Parts: sequence; structure tokens; C-alpha cells
Amino acid sequence: MTDYLRVVAALGRRSVKQAFRRPQFLAPILLFPTLFLILNTGGAGSAEDIPGFPEVNGILDFELPGTLIQCTMLAGVSAGISLALDVEVGFLDRLVTAPIHRSAIVLGRLAATAVLGLLAGVYFLVVGFLSGMTVEGGPLGVLVILVMVPLSALAFGAIGSALALRSGRASVVQGIFPIVFVILFLSSAFFPRDLLTEPAATIADFNPMSYMTEGIRDGVISDVSLEPVLKGLAGVALLAAIGIALCSYALRARLRAG
Amino acid sequence: MAAIETRGLVRSFGDVEAVAGVDLDVADGEIYAFLGPNGAGKTTTVRMLVTLLRPTGGTARVAGYDVAERPDDVRRSIGVALQEAALDPLMTGRELMRLQATLHRIPRAKGRERADALLQRVGLVEAADRRVGTYSGGMRRRLDLAMALIHEPRVLFLDEPTTGLDPTSRQAIWDEVRKLNDEGATVFLTTQYLEEADRLADRVGIIDAGRMVAEDTPSALKAEAGRPHLEVSLAEGDKRQAEGILARFGAVPATHDGVVSVELEHGAAQVAQVVRALDEAGLAVGSLDLVEPTLDDVFAAKTGHRLEGAGAEPE
Repeated sequence: MTDYLRVVAALGRRSVKQAFRRPQFLAPILLFPTLFLILNTGGAGSAEDIPGFPEVNGILDFELPGTLIQCTMLAGVSAGISLALDVEVGFLDRLVTAPIHRSAIVLGRLAATAVLGLLAGVYFLVVGFLSGMTVEGGPLGVLVILVMVPLSALAFGAIGSALALRSGRASVVQGIFPIVFVILFLSSAFFPRDLLTEPAATIADFNPMSYMTEGIRDGVISDVSLEPVLKGLAGVALLAAIGIALCSYALRARLRAG
Repeated sequence: MAAIETRGLVRSFGDVEAVAGVDLDVADGEIYAFLGPNGAGKTTTVRMLVTLLRPTGGTARVAGYDVAERPDDVRRSIGVALQEAALDPLMTGRELMRLQATLHRIPRAKGRERADALLQRVGLVEAADRRVGTYSGGMRRRLDLAMALIHEPRVLFLDEPTTGLDPTSRQAIWDEVRKLNDEGATVFLTTQYLEEADRLADRVGIIDAGRMVAEDTPSALKAEAGRPHLEVSLAEGDKRQAEGILARFGAVPATHDGVVSVELEHGAAQVAQVVRALDEAGLAVGSLDLVEPTLDDVFAAKTGHRLEGAGAEPE
């Protein structure tokens, strides 16, 4: 077990280093969500006055949780691109010819994605606090963010990795980039579910991203309540389970095909 | 015990049989070159032997372990440097060496020690802390080789280790392979370069269209392909008279471009006698060229076509 964890940690460290050494991997996680946050808070400042809009201290408090989920989705895409590049250059073959458990290859990648998610979460909290955000839930609300964000990154990382293992091509993983935005806008990430019109409202009801965002948002705009947090964690668990199952299937298929 | 043993090894991709029943016996401590053109089935065979690809037929044992039944034991016993050195360009040479040590479960301190020693061995100490993306092709291959050696493997697989390298880098890899073999490692290398197989290997297996077409020592294979022949250009004298004299030493094919040639029945040892006989007959020799059969002649004799890029030097 110790050896297994040592291998996971070594592969995870490598993935984190990759992200810091290639700006293309890090920029989508930090830069795009920051720009979106600026646009959303700047352009939708009066949205909080719409009847039915939750009571918030400022639009930033409402938007930042959506930005955090967006950032974790993009971290998942980056993880997938990075793994697909390993397949393309043959680095995955090197790992497969080593006497290690196959799951360590994927787990190392996911652990790194979670760490990057955590770092991004801290970054956005700092940006938020500096810009006047308040966390009504206090330290518990911050803790919920620092737990939910890495787990969410891990779940999206699993989906990105599954796509990378299935396709073996970075360009295919990169191709899902626009879909990420569509899925996110069909959730309550940037607008309350109750105020969405059909069919977006119904889709948002079934979109795990809605519950993940609301799980984080709850502790930002009010005291932390158990139900939204549990629903958020359930959304993460569902995505992670789907992602890991797909990863496992894709890895086995890739190894079988050679 | 053989280091590598396959019986009727087959790998199909749909209807295409990339490897069609290959039998191999590579002894411990041997350098075995697997020679063939692109698409002959070399890399597919290696990928099965290093557990990257499951055979669809036959059996393969490496270091005594069945590749399908005990892949982890095989992986612990082998070092692998695949075609196009698969290295992460964002990592430094030292980081990759240490990662490889971890993957082989070498304790941290020992892994660092081995990594440093191997970097020294392949002449990459100064470049060790530079990102691999800045390395030349030769440096990448040397790093790849060093990584394959981190756990002191019993059997080393090198898939086209010098393809695309300049002559100096190629020579450096050859020297290292010889040294490793002297230290006891079994080396299985695939190549499309005749010179590489000829100069490095104890035995050569020739594969074409997924099937083994010949296997022996390079000298035995060449001897099988034919005798050496001597090409003589006369500076002065009658070519017909020269043909008559040369016929005493072996078969004389038709004269081409003023060059008279003879297939020496008893090999290169007869060259002095031929020169003496021509001199005694008053025929002045302009130039002499002793042409030995090559592995390409062997390949042509066995398959009916020449090896792709035969005789060409690696770039």
C-alpha cells in the first residue's frame, strides 16, 4: 500500500509540475474563470434586484461559486488534455511497462487535478475577499468551499481523463471545451434555477452542476445548511463515479488494444 | 533458461495478421537483433514481449515468465526503450530518472543514487537539471536508455534505438549497448539498419510480413547468401585473358562496365593468389574491390525483395 501511494504521489507531483510549467494548462483554470467573473459581476450587477433573486450582499457572492465550478470543469479538461498528450508521445506506454497497478496512473492524475482545484479555490477566495466578497457561513463556509472545489475538480478530471484514454488525442479533449460552457450555462451556476426559463430550468434541475454550485453558494450567501451541501456532495459523487467508471473502462480498452 | 522464448506468437488486428507465428529463442547474455523493414512486425512483436499488447495466439516467455499470465513479473525483469524515446519534455532528466526509480519501487535514497550514477554513465550529468524538451535526439535516446536501466533489468528491449540519430550519437548508443551486454544483460533490439545488426548482434532474426524468414549469426547468414566476389579493373591488358585467369579461382560472371569479377570459391584468402596470377600474366591491375555479401543480400535471397533503405546510413 505504501508503495502504491508513493507511486500515486510521484505521478501526481509530475502532473502538478506539468501544469505550472505549461501556461496553456494553467491559464484555462485561472484566467478564463477570472475574466468570466469580471464580466458576470460587471454586466449582471442589477440582477440581484430581480424579484425572486436570492438575498445576497453583492452579485459577486452569488457568482463566485459558479466561477469555482467553472474553474474545476476547466481543470478537468486540462487534466484530460495532459493525459492525452502522454498517450500521444508514448509516455503512457512507459508507465504501463512499469510494474505498477494501472489504477495508480489515473489516480495520480486525479490527485493532481484535485490539488490544482484546491489551489484555484484558494486563489478565487483571495480574489473574492479582495473584491469585497463575504462568506456568511464563516469558516465553515470556507471549509465547504475548500472541500467541494478539489472534489469537484477530481470528478471533472475523471471525465476528462476518460475521454483522453478513449480517444488518445489531445485535440479531441480540447474539442469539449465549448461544451463545458454550454453545460455550465444550463445549470444554476450563474443564475438562480427559479428564474431560468424553460427548457433551461428543467435541464438545470437534472444538472449535477446546479447542486454542486448551490452546495458551495449556500455557505457563501447564508449560514451553512446540511441539505444543499449534501446535495452538492452527491452531485460530485455521481460525476466522480461516472468519470472513474468510464476511466476504468477506457483504460482497459486501451490496454487491450495495445 | 532462455531470456526470451516464443512459440507460434501471433498478433492480429482484425483480419490483418501483423505477427504470424514467430518462434524465438534468445539466450541469456545474448545481443539479438530483430531486423526487418517498416511494417514487418518488429514493433508489434516487441510490444507483445514487453506486455504492452496481448498476443492473439501462441506463447511468449520473457525472463522465464509468461507474458500473458505473469505480466508484472515480466515488467520487473525487463528494461524498455521504445521507438521515439517517450519522454515528458516538461520534466528534467533527473526528475524523470527519479520518477522511473519510484515506478520500479526502488527506495528513495537508492533510487537517487542509481539515477545519478546512470546520468553520469550516459554523459548527461550537466544536462540533468534541464528540461528534456531542450535535449537533442541523441541525448533523449541516452536518457531513455538510462531510464530503462534504473532497476538493473535482466533483459533489455531497445526498439529502433538509433533511428534518426547522427553517426556520433549512434556510435555512443552502440558502445553503451556493448558495455551493457559485457556486464551480462541480454539485449533484444529491433532495427531496420543492416549495419547496426551486423556490428552489434550475436544473432540476427529477419522478419518480413510478420514471419521469420531467417535466423543465425550475421556471418553465417552472409555465408549462406553467397561467397565474396572480387571485382578487378584492369589498368592495362586484355579482359578476355583476365577472365580466363580469374576462372581458375571460381565462377566468373559476365563483365560489366569493364570490370571483371570472380566469385572466390575459398573466400577472401584467395585475393593474394589472384593478384599474383594476374601479375604473372602481365596484366596491370587498376583497382581491386572485394565485395562481401551483406545482410541485405540475405534478406533479398529469403524474401525476393530488398530491405527498405538497405545500405542507407541512419540520418
